[in-house]
Amino acid sequence: MNFPRNTVFAALAGLIAAGTVHAQALVKVDGSSTVYPITEAVAEEFQKAKKNAVRVTVGISGTGGGFKKFCRGETDISDASRPIVKKEMEACAQAGIKYVELPVAFDALTVVLHPSNTFAANLKPEQLKVMWEPGAQGKVTSWKQVDPSFPDMPLKLFGPGADSGTFEYFTEAIVGKAKSSRGDYTASEDDNVLVQGVSRDKGAIGYFGFAYYIENKDKLKAAMIWNGSKFVAPSAAVVEDGSYQPLARPIFIYVNAKSLERPEVKEFVEFYMKHGAALTKEVKYVPLPANIYEVNMEHVRKMKLGTVFGGVPEVGVKIEELVKRETKE
Amino acid sequence: MLQPQDIEAIRALIARAKRWDAFFGVLGIIALMIGVLTFSALFLDMAVRGIPRLDLDFFTNFPSRRAASAGILSAWVGTTLVMVVTACAAVPLGIAAGVYLEEYAPKNWLTDIIEINITNLAGVPSIVYGLLALGLFVYQFGLGQSILSAGLTLALLILPVVIVATRESIRAIPVSVREGSYACGATTWQTVSDHILPYSSAGILTGVIIGMARAIGETAPIITIGALTFIAFLPTAPFAGDPPAGLFDWALAPFTVMPIQMFNWTSRPEAAFLANAAAAGFVLVLMTLAMNGAAIWLRYRLRKNIKW
Repeated sequence: MNFPRNTVFAALAGLIAAGTVHAQALVKVDGSSTVYPITEAVAEEFQKAKKNAVRVTVGISGTGGGFKKFCRGETDISDASRPIVKKEMEACAQAGIKYVELPVAFDALTVVLHPSNTFAANLKPEQLKVMWEPGAQGKVTSWKQVDPSFPDMPLKLFGPGADSGTFEYFTEAIVGKAKSSRGDYTASEDDNVLVQGVSRDKGAIGYFGFAYYIENKDKLKAAMIWNGSKFVAPSAAVVEDGSYQPLARPIFIYVNAKSLERPEVKEFVEFYMKHGAALTKEVKYVPLPANIYEVNMEHVRKMKLGTVFGGVPEVGVKIEELVKRETKE
Repeated sequence: MLQPQDIEAIRALIARAKRWDAFFGVLGIIALMIGVLTFSALFLDMAVRGIPRLDLDFFTNFPSRRAASAGILSAWVGTTLVMVVTACAAVPLGIAAGVYLEEYAPKNWLTDIIEINITNLAGVPSIVYGLLALGLFVYQFGLGQSILSAGLTLALLILPVVIVATRESIRAIPVSVREGSYACGATTWQTVSDHILPYSSAGILTGVIIGMARAIGETAPIITIGALTFIAFLPTAPFAGDPPAGLFDWALAPFTVMPIQMFNWTSRPEAAFLANAAAAGFVLVLMTLAMNGAAIWLRYRLRKNIKW
């Protein structure tokens, strides 16, 4: 019997010796899974428009994981479902990475109920806090405890896992401190699991991104949320005019300033701002007001470096006010 | 002379033994069916949901935001290439290590320690290999987030399986074969290359395939070293383009693999993507089955050639 020894060894040696990668225009994007569908759509269209002369790759490492790679200079653009935080700003500064912060769309959290639930159709953030704060663990188990007018029905909670940006924002907006939540709820990183869970349990309540609610409208009911002056049902219109508070937030891309000197990256970002609104709608997210994309373009041209948040997350800021602020590096 | 009551007792004894025999037979079938039926139910469910999505376009399209035009081209090419690298690295290394341990290594405490460690390595969670590879291949050796890094990572993962399978099948060769060869004046290497390897190749192959079947479905270590989710181009083919690519340029290209593509689709809000995920899962299972089928066929061919 003949063993193909030589071929195998030759192949191995060749693999290890292969040193040069082809220099072809490549834009590397990584980061949040929330922003991913938008960036994916933009990348798809951009490559088509460029007739595949420019290659774009998009990864999902989560907002935090994305910033880690971004601040090591491994990626050109980072998808982020929350603003960059202090620790990440320091890491970037240390590596000499400067960046432009661009809001690209809104992400609205939807509080969902079983379709038969009529008593909790209107909810106030304080009531949500009673359900979700860490102190409620093991204690708040019936709807009656949330509000005396609610029936004595078992309260079943569904939400995303602790690594998700959605979880971070919801706890920040409702409980008042990011990542602070009760632990005894059904957690899943897969939002479709949450959809199934809430749609099968009469006493269920859960939260996740607006897109998952829209796709499953027939199985779920969205709660109207008190924004300080009235109850608002989630919709593209109220998210855009800023009245769906505190559960709507802008999501971002961060562009490495040095990468912006490369024509393919600059063109990709410009393409993002030009076609972002239409593509955002197509993937069931809420686009920003049209003029914001123009302001973004202006920021790219002027290389407005740094973040307007200064490393501290905020709840309920108006997008128009946000883009006018001074940045910090 | 046996008394009638003795015969009765013996019959009762036999009847009892047979009852137990039947009982364990049924128990065994139930145990087997739990596994088989669970797998069949899952597979059928996936097939029913996925097969309507399977057409030529599904294999030749890149991922897309539109579920209907999204395909698995970059994923299946990525998986295939990663598997090629894995096989090229794990098979020669694993077989050489196995042969050395069985035929060359002196039997002492050092080899005992090595043996125990290899067996333990087979049980290490795959994410640990991913983290090791991230530090070693991606950063230390500078191979980047490439097909080569992924292939080598999975090669590490299945190396213990290949080594153990190699050793088991070498041990199954009768000692007389070995002694006959030495008696004719053959060196150890001559014995290994002319007798041991050809006779054990069927068993080794089985081990390699079991290892590869595990590697093809691995997601955690591949994500750790930085596989992408959206990639709408293929690695450069050897000698393609201008200036022409090198023979192995594809090995350093960014990539994605089938399980990652599938996972991404299951977590999308649109129901149409779930059908895509089922279809991708179906293809992945078929790829594994095809690999197993090839192994069975090769094993049969190799066994026929053995003339002891």
